[in-house]
Amino acid sequence: MKPYLRQQVPKTFADIPEGTAYEAGFLVTKNAGWRNIRPVVAADKCVGCLQCYLYCPDGVISKAGDKVTIDYDFCKGCGICKKMCRFGAIDMEVEK
Amino acid sequence: MAKEFLSGNEAFAYGIRLARPQVISAYPITPQTIVVEKLSEMVEDTSLQAEFIHVESEHSALSCAIGASAVGARAFTATSSQGLLYMAECLTYASGGRFPIVMMNANRSTALPWNIYGDQRDSLSLLDCGWIQAYAENAQESLDLALMSYYIAEHKAVSTPFMANLDGFVLTHTYEVVEVPEKEQADLFLQPYKTENKMDLATPRNLAFSVGPDHNIAFKYKEHVGILNAKKAILEAESKFAEIFGRKYSGLTESYHTEDADYIIITLGSIAGLVKETVDKLRAQGEKVGLLRLRYMRPFPNEEVAAAVKNAKAIGVLEKDISFGNEGTVYTNVNSALQKAGISVPSSNYIGGLGGRNIPEEEILYIFEDLKNEKGIIEFLGVGGAKA
Repeated sequence: MKPYLRQQVPKTFADIPEGTAYEAGFLVTKNAGWRNIRPVVAADKCVGCLQCYLYCPDGVISKAGDKVTIDYDFCKGCGICKKMCRFGAIDMEVEK
Repeated sequence: MAKEFLSGNEAFAYGIRLARPQVISAYPITPQTIVVEKLSEMVEDTSLQAEFIHVESEHSALSCAIGASAVGARAFTATSSQGLLYMAECLTYASGGRFPIVMMNANRSTALPWNIYGDQRDSLSLLDCGWIQAYAENAQESLDLALMSYYIAEHKAVSTPFMANLDGFVLTHTYEVVEVPEKEQADLFLQPYKTENKMDLATPRNLAFSVGPDHNIAFKYKEHVGILNAKKAILEAESKFAEIFGRKYSGLTESYHTEDADYIIITLGSIAGLVKETVDKLRAQGEKVGLLRLRYMRPFPNEEVAAAVKNAKAIGVLEKDISFGNEGTVYTNVNSALQKAGISVPSSNYIGGLGGRNIPEEEILYIFEDLKNEKGIIEFLGVGGAKA
């Protein structure tokens, strides 16, 4: 599942919680600015074995039907998923 | 209220039992060992209903207390010296997470040279970790601090961990007659811990999350406000304490004949007892001298220090600490308080008692005499008048 990003962001000091405990997703910011290559899944080759999901160091791969999908808000473009995929279903494309 | 003959460590354990922590996690280290030994006996004989968790290190001891606090339990740990330094990483997790854990630290020298005796370099080197820091003078104050510490730390406006410091051996291992409050009285003073800052299955929340550059400073500001709020909470705790138990404390500092004093020693911890006696002797000879004891180092009593010494001719800060390459840290803090208040009283710094070296009455007398002539010096006591 794609991480839930809370829509509300603190606008004033009063919006900041007293401790580091709050509804999940609060203050989570997108973090993928330094990615220069992105993994792209070829749906016809993906068998949904989830090896890429197991090895992804950032936990950005999730199941979509019987295939996988990638959350580009957090993927850093390391390419480990491409290396792990035995079916050649993932290609790294240069970010434009 | 029963009278018992207790060491500082034991008195603190008696105070903690009255506070009824639900989880105690600790790793033994001299001179702290006895406080947790005593608590484990209390858990064993069921006079204290708590989970006593034996851990493999100090890092784990505080991590464990953080975990307990994160599910809303009242947690206690204790350590000393290298143990405190080893758990240093976890100190900021506890304070940043706003977990009101109480820790007793038996003040002890830090290596090298290896030494198990008392000085205050361990805790004073960690002033910036966001913990309230109190320094007890005697066993009775140790017991009372143990009980008050939870009231202050858990105060809604504070929610900050509390480090209670007892001088190693001189206080932890010496015996005094101590008044031990009754359970029922203690329960009147301290309510069970209630917080929303916890894991809760009914309303699941993200706990101990990360915050990026945009909002991080806002959290740090709130943490700062929380520990500053302890100033009021300390006074509130002490007035309620006096109401129930009849013993009075004087807030962040204790003044002893400072009102008309020309020369004042500022110090902290158990050595204040000897300074008081020396003040009495000198006063009997007509000398106008006084003592200001810092009961708390964080939050720092800036206003109280300035008010107590503003009419003095000179002050000497006596401390069991040195910030190598500069001066004693207590001295730095005191001078900052004076500067902010626009007070220019000559001040000097006396570093003593490192590695447990005794500070005898002659050295206190020497400081009061030296203050008449010196200002701005940083002198190590007991090394042949070495000044830096």
